[in-house]
Formats: sequence, structure tokens, C-alpha cells
Amino acid sequence: MIRPLSPVDMARRVARDIPDGSYVNLGIGLPTLVADVVGPEKEIVYHSENGILGMGPAPAPGEEDPELINAGKQPVTLLPGGSFFHHTDAFVMMRGGHLDVSVLGAFQVSEAGDLANWATDEAAMPPAVGGAMDLAVGARRVLVVTTHTTRDGRPKLLSRCTYPLTAAAVVDRVYTDLAVLDVCPEGFVVREVAPGVTPDELQAVTDARLAFAPDLTVVHPG
Amino acid sequence: MIDKRVATLAEAVADVADGATVLVGGFGNSGVPVELVHALLEQGARDLTVVTNNAGSGETDIAALIRERRVRRIICSYPRSAGSVWFEQFWRRGEIELELVPQGTLSERMRAAGAGLGGFFTPTGADSQLAEGKEVRVLDGRRQVFERPLPADVALIKADRADRWGNLVYRTAARNFGPTMATAAARTVVQVREFVELGELDPEAVVTPGIFVDRVVEVA
Repeated sequence: MIRPLSPVDMARRVARDIPDGSYVNLGIGLPTLVADVVGPEKEIVYHSENGILGMGPAPAPGEEDPELINAGKQPVTLLPGGSFFHHTDAFVMMRGGHLDVSVLGAFQVSEAGDLANWATDEAAMPPAVGGAMDLAVGARRVLVVTTHTTRDGRPKLLSRCTYPLTAAAVVDRVYTDLAVLDVCPEGFVVREVAPGVTPDELQAVTDARLAFAPDLTVVHPG
Repeated sequence: MIDKRVATLAEAVADVADGATVLVGGFGNSGVPVELVHALLEQGARDLTVVTNNAGSGETDIAALIRERRVRRIICSYPRSAGSVWFEQFWRRGEIELELVPQGTLSERMRAAGAGLGGFFTPTGADSQLAEGKEVRVLDGRRQVFERPLPADVALIKADRADRWGNLVYRTAARNFGPTMATAAARTVVQVREFVELGELDPEAVVTPGIFVDRVVEVA
């Protein structure tokens, strides 16, 4: 029986790949869960594009500072050693390749590592991009965490993205509720699968040809 | 003698002209110069191009400017947010122009304007729809898109403290676009929580030197 990973387990699996001492930006949504599950043995410096390094967790109720917010506009705290800087410098850190890891959500990822995570083809809503494109091109390593399919079961991992691109050939690794996949020159290579997932089942919900690593294992989130 | 302090918000924004390009600081609700924007609303300038990260939410500041039909065009990175109802309504009816710019490019275009540069090539957005109509080159093995500077007539920003020379320090993440916007506008108008005596700000901690600032008003 297939047991998809929960969002927290997906975050745990991502966290395991983030080395001690990394400077990390976590995108809005699922990626933000990563900060909650990184073990205390690691010192990770979180970056926020509105000018924070060393961002800490949400403040206790009543302790919120309305001006100290993260990129998702939620109240946060500053850890000892943290710093504030202006927007241009925040994006110098991102675009200039100074961040070690960027963890992003996605609507679609292609086998070439193309990322679509800023716009769907919905014409009724005004377009909005924020820092998505800067985050995708700048970090040394770009990790995507997303469900394997959309809510109505359509694949998000494709041979080519159909939604507007955020950036081309930028994604290094994808963590879904069903698998961990690397983007390699030959396309998606599956490293790990969720408990109970067979290669055929994974291929059936993916719109790109999958290769399976010879040492394919079952995901261990912790 | 240099004294950039003005007594009232009305005085601070008195000469913003119709058709002006206005930079407005802030990210979400952090660092928005709400009182200056409200003063601009009262001042009555219209046909404005507003450059800001978000397109306002609720009924205050930028949302109010849009609601009162003062904004012809908005240049921003993320106009869609909880409560951005006025922007969305005007956009759907085609009553406001939107130029969507990636957030880092928005900031860097203002920096280029302030730094006297003619533009820059950036990998950000080079493979996206937002590069359409712009020059794309392969530089150092990467596709990069040419982006123009974004100068303005006026910048409205918020800082924490200022002296009469216009030196500024900010507070936490409210700094955001302020220091860059201050360099990019012909006239920079700042609202601060508190005026301090000349010499009272630690020169090592001044973020925006007064050369970039034209008027400062205290909003307690």
C-alpha cells in the first residue's frame, strides 16, 4: 500500500540535505516547514528577501512586531547574530550566488530542471512574481518541495512545463510526497521512493520518463 | 544652514505634480509611509505612476490612492495579496496599468537610477515572459536580460530617526526599499518616528546619509 509522505515528513527529508552552517532561503508555503524540523545540532542562517539574516521562529502571542515580518508577511523574530539590511542587498545575496540553498515550491518542474512556480494560465487574477525569479536563479543549490501531482491528480513533474517559466534549468533536486528525484543531464533520476511506491506507479503519475538509481531506497524522513 | 525638517505632512508632499512617478517604500505592511501617502491623497495629485512592492490592501495608503483614482500605472512585484481588492477591481476593469517586475530587479533598477547607471543585465527572468520585448544576451554562459533604470520624481519612505541633515536610521525589517528609493528620486521625502539632534546618530550606524534626503517630517 502506498503511504505518501506528510508535509512534515517531506520537510524533514529536505532538512536532512541542508548542511550545518548553510545560509538558506525558504520559499512561502511548504518550504517554510523546513525551519520547524531542522535538528538543534545544525546552525542554519535563514534569509528573508525583505532584509533579514538570522531569522528566528514566530514570536509568542502578544510579542509580535508588525514591522518584523518574513517574505510571507508573517511575524518572525531575529536570532542573536542576526542582521537587517535593505532590499537591494537582500537580492545581492540571492542573485549573487551567496545563498547556499533555496527551497522553493512549484506548480511544475521539467526534466531539464525548468521551474514554473509563479503563474498559472488563470487570466482572472493579476500576475504576481515577487522574489520567485531571483530565488530560482541565484542560490548555489535549488531544492523544490511539492506534492507529486496536483489536487486533481495531474502530474507536476513533466518533460516540459506548460505554465509560464520562472527560470530555465535551475532545479537540482525535487522532494515530493512520493519520491526524491535529482535533475540530471539525462532527466529525472529517482533516488528514493515513499513506502509502498513501485517504479511503475511513480512513472504512471509523472509526465516525464523516469530513471531509477541502482541504489534506490525508501525515503527515511528523519 | 541645512535643515530638511518640515513641520507638517502637507508641506512634505506639497509639490508632487500630476503625472509624477512616485516611489513608495514598504513590504507588506512593514515600512509603509502610511501618513505620507495619506497626505499625498489629500494633496490631490493624480495620474501618478506608483512604484512599490505590493499594490496596497484594505482601505489605507496605496489601496486608498487607487480607490480614489489617483494611480494611472503601478510598477510592482507582487500586486496580489490578501485584501488587495481595490487594485484587483481596477485591474480587471482595465483602469490601471500594471508593469510587473521581479522584486530584485525592481530594487536594482532603482539602484541603477540612483547610481547613475544606464541599466544592467540580469539572469533574473531572462527565460520568462517578463523578458518579452527586452534584449537578452548570453553573458558568462548565462542568458541575461537587459533592464533599464527606474528613476522617479519623488520617493516617500519611512525611517525610524533622522537629524536635520536628513541622516536616517531605520527599524528592523521596515528598512526594506527605503535606502534604495532614497537614492533614485529627484526628491526624497521621509517620515520618521523621531527627530534627534545633529550628532546624536552614531555615524557608524547611519544607513541613509542625508545627501539622499530632501525633507523629513516627524510622525509620532
